[in-house]
Amino acid sequence: MTDKIFSKEEWLGGIEALRETYGVFVPVKDGDFHTFMPLSEGKNPDFDYQNSRLSPKSVVYPQSERLFEYTLDKADSEANIVKESPKDYSPKAVIGIRPCDVHAFQIVKRNFDNPEYRDPWWVQHFESTTLVGLGCNEPCSTCFCTEVGGGPFNQEGLDAFLFDMGETYLVKGLTDKGEALLGKITGGSPADDQALKNAEDLAASASKKITSSIPTDKLKEKRTNDLFNAPFWEDTAFACLNCGTCTFLCPTCWCFDIQDEVLGKEGDRIRNWDSCMSPLFTLHGSGHNPRDNKFQRVRQRFMHKLKYYVDKYDDGVQCSGCGRCVRYCPVNIDIREVCKLMNSF
Amino acid sequence: MENPYLPYPVRIDKIITETEDRNLKTFRFVFLNPEDEEKFAYTPGQFAELSIAGKGEIPIGIASSPTEKGFVTFTVNKTGLVTTYLHNMNEGDVMGIRGPLGNWYPWDEMEGKNVVIVGGGFAFTTLRSSIISMIDPANRSKFKDITVVYGARTPGMLLYKDELAQWEQRDDINMHITVDGTDDPDWKYNTGFVPTITEEKVTNADNAIAIVCGPPIMIRFTQPVLEKLGFPPERIILSLEMRMKCGIGICGRCNIGDQYVCKDGPVFSLAQLKEMPSEY
Amino acid sequence: MLKYAEKIKETALKLLKENRVDTFIGYKKGTVPMMNEPVLVTDPDKVDQLYWDSFCGLNLCNYLTKRTDKIGIVANGCNSRNIVTHIIENQIKREQLYIVGIPCEGMIDHRAVMRAVKYREILDIKENGGKFLVKGADFEETFEKEKFLQGNCATCTHRNPVIHDEILGDPVEEQTGVEPFKDVKKIEEMDPAKKQTFFTGLISRCIRCYACRNSCPLCYCPTCFVDESTPQWVGKSSDPTDTMTFHFLRAYHCAGRCTDCGACERVCPMGISMRQFTKKLNKDCQDLFSWEAGLTLDQRPPLDVYRPDDYNDFIK
Repeated sequence: MTDKIFSKEEWLGGIEALRETYGVFVPVKDGDFHTFMPLSEGKNPDFDYQNSRLSPKSVVYPQSERLFEYTLDKADSEANIVKESPKDYSPKAVIGIRPCDVHAFQIVKRNFDNPEYRDPWWVQHFESTTLVGLGCNEPCSTCFCTEVGGGPFNQEGLDAFLFDMGETYLVKGLTDKGEALLGKITGGSPADDQALKNAEDLAASASKKITSSIPTDKLKEKRTNDLFNAPFWEDTAFACLNCGTCTFLCPTCWCFDIQDEVLGKEGDRIRNWDSCMSPLFTLHGSGHNPRDNKFQRVRQRFMHKLKYYVDKYDDGVQCSGCGRCVRYCPVNIDIREVCKLMNSF
Repeated sequence: MENPYLPYPVRIDKIITETEDRNLKTFRFVFLNPEDEEKFAYTPGQFAELSIAGKGEIPIGIASSPTEKGFVTFTVNKTGLVTTYLHNMNEGDVMGIRGPLGNWYPWDEMEGKNVVIVGGGFAFTTLRSSIISMIDPANRSKFKDITVVYGARTPGMLLYKDELAQWEQRDDINMHITVDGTDDPDWKYNTGFVPTITEEKVTNADNAIAIVCGPPIMIRFTQPVLEKLGFPPERIILSLEMRMKCGIGICGRCNIGDQYVCKDGPVFSLAQLKEMPSEY
Repeated sequence: MLKYAEKIKETALKLLKENRVDTFIGYKKGTVPMMNEPVLVTDPDKVDQLYWDSFCGLNLCNYLTKRTDKIGIVANGCNSRNIVTHIIENQIKREQLYIVGIPCEGMIDHRAVMRAVKYREILDIKENGGKFLVKGADFEETFEKEKFLQGNCATCTHRNPVIHDEILGDPVEEQTGVEPFKDVKKIEEMDPAKKQTFFTGLISRCIRCYACRNSCPLCYCPTCFVDESTPQWVGKSSDPTDTMTFHFLRAYHCAGRCTDCGACERVCPMGISMRQFTKKLNKDCQDLFSWEAGLTLDQRPPLDVYRPDDYNDFIK
């Protein structure tokens, strides 16, 4: 597998060549924050970023996606028959994605790609995407990836990896997909043992910088109904606005809504991100709503992330520790605090 | 790649208005592509998503039995956007169905046992599927006594009235039809709430499994009757409803605890439900 | 503004102990710098968590609608005006409330602070009178608060609470010579094509999370118009036309009621200048009806009531 050193300019120049084969997504400065955008003229990647505001899950799972189309024109012999919309699954590459967001893809994959059903759109988008990760030299105070089975230099789920060594990047190929991508980038020189050692040291020291702790060890053994009926939910939920910020920014949230939209005689069936925070989420046609109250919806979100997912898949919590919900919840409801409450209940 | 969200195109073959308030209609669908019928092979207890282009999809229990060939039937209550549109559709119209989805009644466990079925109102649909399947000559010998208690508010609100009358005449099934009340002097069958009639007609729980399907209030009052008779929670089976979209356990909407009603359910035993959050 | 924190605790303790209120709504200190969490206190032993500083820019009146208990609530200028609007609109009764008034010196715009430290991570902030000290892992900088006020606070002319049962300090001087609608005038002067570009750009980042709507005390409809399905007025996807429809219609629903509290702008996770939608309507209400929302309990908002001298040159 490739182990190369690139100067930062060499690397930025080198990835331009990828545009011939891949739709390349890179972090770009966008106002006060960063967003993953297609690499194109005038868009300069900025790899000196903490993390993007919106997670890169939208590369594989767009916020609004047309699934089917149909005609309602009675003159057409295929009227009212729903047909798959044509899709473009040509190769994509995401360069500079953080390990927490990659770990999130692994978590979400269980939902969209399981033995009974495979979501054709998510799976095909994901399988045609090559992920080149960038390790976090300076995790933020709100990061806690190490507490949930990840790490700032975790390579699981990645096809290639970048170590930011200051003036240079150490680039490692990890899978065949990653090697295929790196093969298209000219330049760079083989990494020597010293460089490899420096990279390892960098990785080790970064993990130690994570200060947030969220205890998850006792979640599995707790009885679901004990946690469900715990008295702290009303207090925890008071400030919540039931907006969609946490769910839409979260890389491990996957819920969606399916809507039919019609203009004249043509229509589409589309799916949009949806949020369990919305009162409509569980509203029955009859008017009955099992989660009528705000605190029930807040409870659902945390129980799903920290208990139901744990029970269902027996592989840790449905959280990658990216810290976005902690930083951007408008009313500062902190998943770290809620997890402590649940773990120690 | 196979697409579990793609419906099979169907044509509405027949529409029957079941109830006197016209809010319940039975739709019989025929597959436009005959090979789809085999792909749609289902087991009583399952549901399907009825898909109307331009409107949306609704999860409805399958009312026909797999022993009935050439078509699939559903009984739909008019309650919202899609169901109202469906109720206004005509025989010959084209739409889609997606499925079969969900799990089914525990047929393996029910073999060799007495079967008690308690149904109320318009939740009786998958129970019709179950009864027709059980009394089919190919299957009848698999089960011992079959006792059914089915009730509605008034005689006009009962579903499948002709079939109920036929079953009542048979001697390989103990069919008890009841209504909450009626001022019809010619009413031949029972009068009384379903839990009350259940208590009268079901004599014991030995080697028996009970399937209960109905409005929450009926379930709430039937449960203690069955428990008093000696049915343990593992042998009381319920079928739940929830708002659904994908129907295949991916969109995340219909969960109760870590169970998806569309995929791990809608059939659950009372024993399972007691361990799940009470959020339905 | 820190000086009010102790007084809020004392007042809440007194009110809860003497049973003059069932619950007290205030803020508790957040777990991340520059954020505070709204909190509901019912137990007099828990009043110590109550807090106040220059990062209390949400609107607590959001939590008042349809409550039936006796509530103590802290309210600065803009928040107190929302209480007045709530009372006029029958969302809460005056008798239920014990309003603890806070003469407000303005809230700090946390995004401006982040820009000023060039987006390096902020670990702690300490306020001291008119200055505040920002600490990171390897830096410390002091700033003047008045250069970092939230947009609405910089041009606020109603800093003192307009309604209160008790006020926790001497009234502050109201600002004069401020131009609250300077940016609105700039947009008014644009030609239609430029306006289209401006607003399309403004909503381009919107992810339809509805944080703006949910944080707004005026948005208390049991079913919001975007959530209706029979009929469906607005599509739910990220389509720009649907998104523009949502924002413009919501702004019109707030016309004559918005107090420019800035909560919508503060909570938007994508940093959209949300107030550009509502400020135009506030300006129109001032120009056409001489109206500012929530200043008095004795008058109903202009879109609620007819006066013979209302402008009518639109009737041709």
